[in-house]
Amino acid sequence: MTKDETKQIVLEIIADIAPDEDISNLKGDVRLRDQMQLDSMDFLDIVMELRKRHNIEVPELDYPHLATLDSCADYLTPKFAALGK
Amino acid sequence: MARSNQLPDTVTADVSGASNNKNVHMGMIVVLLLGHGWLAILFPMAYKPARIVITGVGLTAPNGDTLAQFRHNLLNGVAGIEKKDIRYMGECLAGVCHYDPLKYQKKKELRVGTRAGSISIYCAHEAMADSGINFAAFSKDRVGIYVGCTEHGNVETENEIYAISKFNYDTKYWSHYHNPRTVANNPAGEVSLSMGITGPAYTIGAACAAGNMGLIHAAQMLRLGEVDLAICGGISESIHTFGIYAGFKSQNALATHVDPHKASRPFDKARNGIVISEGGALYTLERLDDALARGAKIYGEIGGYCVNSDASDYVLPNPGRQAECVRKALVSAGLEAKDIHIVNTHATATPLGDIQECEAIRAVFGDGCPDTSINNTKSFIGHCMGAAGALELAGNLPSFDDLVVHPTINVDDLDPLCALPGLVLNTPKKVGRVDAILNNSFGMLGINSTLIVKRFVP
Repeated sequence: MTKDETKQIVLEIIADIAPDEDISNLKGDVRLRDQMQLDSMDFLDIVMELRKRHNIEVPELDYPHLATLDSCADYLTPKFAALGK
Repeated sequence: MARSNQLPDTVTADVSGASNNKNVHMGMIVVLLLGHGWLAILFPMAYKPARIVITGVGLTAPNGDTLAQFRHNLLNGVAGIEKKDIRYMGECLAGVCHYDPLKYQKKKELRVGTRAGSISIYCAHEAMADSGINFAAFSKDRVGIYVGCTEHGNVETENEIYAISKFNYDTKYWSHYHNPRTVANNPAGEVSLSMGITGPAYTIGAACAAGNMGLIHAAQMLRLGEVDLAICGGISESIHTFGIYAGFKSQNALATHVDPHKASRPFDKARNGIVISEGGALYTLERLDDALARGAKIYGEIGGYCVNSDASDYVLPNPGRQAECVRKALVSAGLEAKDIHIVNTHATATPLGDIQECEAIRAVFGDGCPDTSINNTKSFIGHCMGAAGALELAGNLPSFDDLVVHPTINVDDLDPLCALPGLVLNTPKKVGRVDAILNNSFGMLGINSTLIVKRFVP
């Protein structure tokens, strides 16, 4: 899986947990929180959906890696690869 | 509008005697020194509680999402029961509401919140809009939210257990929203979030007596001066939990009928149980002087009420205690039975429960109340549980103006044990006057509530 594909997976999750937001122009290097209304419970949603949909665990210490789309891609792509995806 | 936390200015007196006038003067001094609460204790004859009026109505029922639509359908025999697939149960009957949840909520709020919260938010906004209150300018810390509900949390708990069943019951898949969704104050809390209300916001758990309880509690809080405006009533999301269906079925109390609209049939010989429904009705209540000061439309005045307990059984009603509840409500309102022009019954169409409520009503009203009409709203909308009392009151409030009593429908063969004088069956009844409506709502664990609303007379 490429980093762009990882970003797309994250965007699909964000689209579900923030259905009122326009996510078509999210910048990769800007904190998601600064571009849309996301609170701590929403970030837990991202963690939960990664677990449910893709069997990926994100330990609490690693939550900062989910701050931007780019950091999500950097952090999650190897995890997908480890699962053979 | 904002006030200190004192009882409102309602010191009045019987002007027939000089001693009473003296009481009032002394009382005023006590008020200044100690606050109104002591006045009621020290000079009970001089204290009269503030008059509380209904100034706004917001509702969603299985047959209407506005009071006008709801009333129109009650007068035209339009029920609102349909078939619904219930988890583990299969096809059941349900009263389903069809309001537009996106009218007052974003999609994300719907995803995060509960159905009970959504119904509450819809009803609260509708009531506020109906009231004509300039809410933007209102002190939000002086607004109270008092939402009656039969139960809360079953829906979300069932959903979560079902969800983790897909993951071999591994609790790491349990939602982090579970606790805020299932706390008992959730429906009221969601309203406070939606409307920016910072006053007290909580639910009143009182089984199926809860709808009346919301209004009663609000009137009490207004009279205590705790708030200047109350959003109150009752709500239910019960059709979204299989547990209530399964429970009533195990009690042999779940209605069945080939025609859903004929399934809820209180007082009919062929009644066979409860149709479970969702819904909500929330009102704005204010002290009369505040309502008059802003030129509010007034639907009616809280006349009196009673809440009591059977203390006799978990589920079986107690006609003696029900009659006692009605009698005490009449005393509270300063009325006699013959002064009540509409009795809206709680009857849920269970074989025994209807008979027992009729026994209670017969004991109070007997044959000596020729101007008293008796009806039942559940025959149209099923049993809206925590919303029942509040919704059923709303369905009858327009009678003050149109002088029509909506009927109890689906009575093809009246049970002789339910044949009360004054029953309005199957077609609406035009009456000469409607000055007082008495609304019964009873619930499990033997909680009874009777609320009397009077025509507003300045």
